[in-house]
Amino acid sequence: MANPPYKWISQRVRVREDRRFLTGQGRYVGDIRLAGMLEVAVLASPYAHALIKSIDVEDAIKQPGVVLAITGADLARDTDPIPQFLDLPRVRWYSLATDRVRFAGEGVAAVVATSRAAAEDALDFIKVEYEPLPALADPEAAMAPGAPVLHPDHGSNIAWQGAWTWGDVDGDFRRADRVVKTRLRWSRHSGVPLETFGTVAAWNSRLELLDVWASHQAPALSAQISTVLRFPSNRIRIHADLDVGGSYGAKRGQKQIALTTYLAMRTRRPLRYLEDRLENMAAGDGHGPDRVFDAELALSRTGECLSLRLHTVDDVGAYVGRGPLQIAKCITAIVGPYRIGSVRYSGLAVMTNKTNQNPYRGFGQSPHNFVLERLMDMAATELGLDRVEIRRRNLIPPEAFPYLIPSGSRYDSGDYPAVLDKALALAAYPNLLRFQAEARSQGRCIGIGIAACIEPSGANTAFFALMNPKHKTSLVPEGARVGVDSRGKITVAIGFASTGQSHETMVSQVIAEVMDIAPEEVAVIRADSLAGIPSVPPTGSRMSLMLSGAVLGAAQKILAKMKRIAAHNLGVDPETVEYAGGVFRRKDGSGAGLAFAEVALIAHTRKHQMPPDMEGGLSELYVMEVPGGGHLPDVAGRMQSYPAYTFSVHIPVVEVNPRTGEVRFLDYFAAHDCGTPIHPDIVEGMVYGGIAQGIGAALFEKFVYAEDGQFLSSTFMDYLLPSANEIPPIKMVEHVTPGPHHPFGAKGTAEGGYLTAPAAVASAVEDALSPLGVRVTELPMTPALLLALIGNGRRR
Amino acid sequence: MKPVNFDYAAPESVADAIRLLVEARGEAKIIAGGQSLLPLLNMRMARPSLLVDLARIPGLDEVRLSDGWLEIGAMTRHAVVEAHPLVRRHAPLLAAAASFVAHHQVRNRGTIGGSTAHADPAAEEPLALLALDSELIAEGPDGAAKWPIGAFFRGPMTTALADAQVLVKLRVPCRGPSEGWAFREISRRRGDLALAAVAVWLRREDGICRDLRVALGGVADRPVRAKAAEAALRGCAWEPQIVDKTPALLEADIAPGSDVHATADYRRAVARELLVHALNEAWERVGELSPHC
Amino acid sequence: MGKERLVTIRVNGQPVEAQVEPRRSLLDFLREDAGLTGTHTGCEHGICGTCTVLVDGEAVRSCLMLAVQANGRDVFTVEGLARGEKLHPLQESFWKHHALQCGYCTPGMLIAAYDLLKRNPSPTEAQVRDALAGNICRCTGYVQIVEGVLEAAANLREKAETPHGEPSV
Repeated sequence: MANPPYKWISQRVRVREDRRFLTGQGRYVGDIRLAGMLEVAVLASPYAHALIKSIDVEDAIKQPGVVLAITGADLARDTDPIPQFLDLPRVRWYSLATDRVRFAGEGVAAVVATSRAAAEDALDFIKVEYEPLPALADPEAAMAPGAPVLHPDHGSNIAWQGAWTWGDVDGDFRRADRVVKTRLRWSRHSGVPLETFGTVAAWNSRLELLDVWASHQAPALSAQISTVLRFPSNRIRIHADLDVGGSYGAKRGQKQIALTTYLAMRTRRPLRYLEDRLENMAAGDGHGPDRVFDAELALSRTGECLSLRLHTVDDVGAYVGRGPLQIAKCITAIVGPYRIGSVRYSGLAVMTNKTNQNPYRGFGQSPHNFVLERLMDMAATELGLDRVEIRRRNLIPPEAFPYLIPSGSRYDSGDYPAVLDKALALAAYPNLLRFQAEARSQGRCIGIGIAACIEPSGANTAFFALMNPKHKTSLVPEGARVGVDSRGKITVAIGFASTGQSHETMVSQVIAEVMDIAPEEVAVIRADSLAGIPSVPPTGSRMSLMLSGAVLGAAQKILAKMKRIAAHNLGVDPETVEYAGGVFRRKDGSGAGLAFAEVALIAHTRKHQMPPDMEGGLSELYVMEVPGGGHLPDVAGRMQSYPAYTFSVHIPVVEVNPRTGEVRFLDYFAAHDCGTPIHPDIVEGMVYGGIAQGIGAALFEKFVYAEDGQFLSSTFMDYLLPSANEIPPIKMVEHVTPGPHHPFGAKGTAEGGYLTAPAAVASAVEDALSPLGVRVTELPMTPALLLALIGNGRRR
Repeated sequence: MKPVNFDYAAPESVADAIRLLVEARGEAKIIAGGQSLLPLLNMRMARPSLLVDLARIPGLDEVRLSDGWLEIGAMTRHAVVEAHPLVRRHAPLLAAAASFVAHHQVRNRGTIGGSTAHADPAAEEPLALLALDSELIAEGPDGAAKWPIGAFFRGPMTTALADAQVLVKLRVPCRGPSEGWAFREISRRRGDLALAAVAVWLRREDGICRDLRVALGGVADRPVRAKAAEAALRGCAWEPQIVDKTPALLEADIAPGSDVHATADYRRAVARELLVHALNEAWERVGELSPHC
Repeated sequence: MGKERLVTIRVNGQPVEAQVEPRRSLLDFLREDAGLTGTHTGCEHGICGTCTVLVDGEAVRSCLMLAVQANGRDVFTVEGLARGEKLHPLQESFWKHHALQCGYCTPGMLIAAYDLLKRNPSPTEAQVRDALAGNICRCTGYVQIVEGVLEAAANLREKAETPHGEPSV
């Protein structure tokens, strides 16, 4: 951006975390070394659905190096079920199956041994007798009458169903000139971090507490462990001085952490359970949404969107972690960037014989955007309108902000047409169209994609109550403690582990900006869960708003206190004192000043120089709350959920080989507006990375289950992650509409790339093949799928 | 994902390797570059009691010319096959096939002999060897054995190699003056195993295709020759499009399966597409100089 | 069966000796026996590239090699790139371009890039992408990584520095 009004905000300062990673000094959970540490291996069920008739671990216990072997029965006896986020008292979830296995790969027994290899050796000696049952790998089949039921006590495979109507949907549909209608399939895929999930747990006999290191980004982890182990949460210490090797929402690890901590408590020995890749893929509970959508959009003759009807069936897997709540998140931006007057949204969460669903980047917003953008492309085709034009006609105009959408969220700010224009300019859109026309005349299948997208940021999980009224979350806090020592040196403590978003750098920039020092002078530490810093780890693109807000708040409290001390010593009113360049002095510039370090020294050691009513020391905690939050949904299901709304437009250009179905990128253009970027390199990295994951979703990634529930995507030979050859160079332009909820105007930006790219690439591929009559309704668009669609199109 | 607890031996002669294999009575596995075996070991899909490593046997990675044949030691790594001046000059099709094998790190370890003995039906080098009508030489407890490559592959991951036989050498006829070649492959990502791959060798004289061999990968339980297509094109006026116009020409020789990456129909369709392009490319290439000539 | 044996592997110039079972991978040897945790475990079946190291100067996947196979050989890992506090030009340019996020693939990516520049000091963007295609990154979308490699290549050419961070063998 041009001439930012800040000294450190929006500057490309060196990302401080990078150095440790570049020198091999990252400290991931697998790098933790504790004396005498044991290892855990888990025996996986070969069946997708079966009763466990008997299980015998006696021979395993006798194997060399084995310390303990347990089954689900141990957990059922000694622990409480793992907390689930829907209200399902009769769906009991333990880290190991108790009487029945519900997906292929589900753990049935665990061995603790002196090495992972020895533990795996012992698994061979566990005898399990199964009685196989028919399995379900399709959510619609799981809803059919007479389908086998995964949790007989619960009585059906439906974990949740609900519907909301906002506005006069039926009337709007009656009044519509056109209705476009489609069925869409969003396939199971996920973030698939290169680091699997891992936990190290050790009973600390000296301090009488349970030490836990886990590669997680899960909120309220201590509370969860406390529930499962029936053990006080203040005797569980979750360490945050840990680097997590990617998460993208998926690393919640509820059952893995529950198992590892249980085993540590039981053995009173330090131990670790590091999933291997096969376990991670088949049984890591890390899969994202898996949806069937029935969608209808009502339009006027001129392409004005009137109303949206959307029904989704989500295949949530065998148990209910946090995954199904992704159905409701999109309510916070249900109309996307468009003026749509009314919406009906309904859904079902259905349990099948698959590993659990968990959040993935955007918490369900990416499939929702895929639906909206597919509908927009369909509407353009139906009405004979240009795909850019129909979007432009429906974009919320800049003068309409703050803009209230039917489901109750107020979008904070934006200039959507300006971003669209920047994207079109970056892509040289008219030239692209000419190029496409020429290439088509030569028989080439060139496609230009277009997708627009809203990224809600700032994470307000009030929407949880829409799916579970017992889940009354109206506060999603983030705390930071700023301390200034007696030498005047500043340390900031934050309460969560690094998952790659360079928060330490952001913290240092905010402090540098406020305290007028260089970012490298700021120390940033990650305090553990007992240090009293309220924190919900990075979810929902929240930290640029929430963490920076917390740090800013704490820094301002410190400065206010220091001003009072300075004023006291300068003999003036604190209101007349200002801080700049490391010195407190009178605003009119008169008189002597007091250096920052001098004030710090007073605060720590010279009570006689402090205002009489003042506490000693300089240490302030500030807890940032979600702007506009604090409420639960109203009776109509309306609420102000996420506070800040980022906007993106992507224009990918592809060529499809109509004889092989291969897709090749010729270009990829992206424009976005995430308010003031606190660090441009970090923001750009987030967007590029999100786009890469979106391209993966669009073209490569799918967790495949056979009809009998066998899992077919256990390895990286089956589940394909795009490499630098598959991801094109990405050209990007930004627009800045400062967010009104943040002092520097920041909004979140970690999800937008992934929220927009699948829809944009689908649009491009469909455009390339539109002369052949191809409609894209399913991802990923594998060459085989596209060739089949081309064949169908030709036959039509 | 830790292997079972096997023993390990790195003999310094083929004879010692054979002795170790015989003594292990079928419980041993040979490890060459290990790039296919290690994943199987890590996943415990292979559970040998002993690994016999061929890496310390001198001479098994030699590449040399002998009497109009290019002789390639079984332990020659893919990266060497890809770049070796003798291979590029005398068997450019094989060098090209090697360049499609996985990624650089794997090509640095994996060997042509290991890949051939592993017999993945979608592997690249076996296709080139088949199109070039190569010979394979093994040594075993009963002495040396030799197969024409067409008799070597018996099914998925199955070859003519008996227990305790060690593949030691591959012999490839050197390229002649009027010969052309091409290698084409479709995979989900570059470096993945082929969904379908084609290797073509042909001899063109006076505008006539005097002879040709077409090998297809990923479309049957083993690398296969497209015999019907070869017969249709051999000695005739050049019309590679016949493969596309007459789907039955491939049908008899391939039997593709479906998996998470592609359907059988897809493999069938792109095999035809690849073949037409590969035939044309090979035809045009006749007379072109090989690199490093 | 599977008796432990003594192996000695020179890692970044320092001999490391350990009793290992033959099934010990080179990756686990580096992490558990040599105590060098910079090389990461990603898939243990040779696809993701995060465990990439050099063995006798050539890039390999350390999950697909046994420690016993590496006995007596030279291994080079991310820990060997910097000279004390002085970062290797690749590390510098990765840092400048923020060519990483979570950092998990970074060591393997650096070694693959190092290996590329050794073989080809003036790669094109396409060559960089192809050379790194055996190393998956889930965070960055590769854009900043490719920028980092290209800039390091240019810097190395300009300064005529040798990219060889490996100890002389």
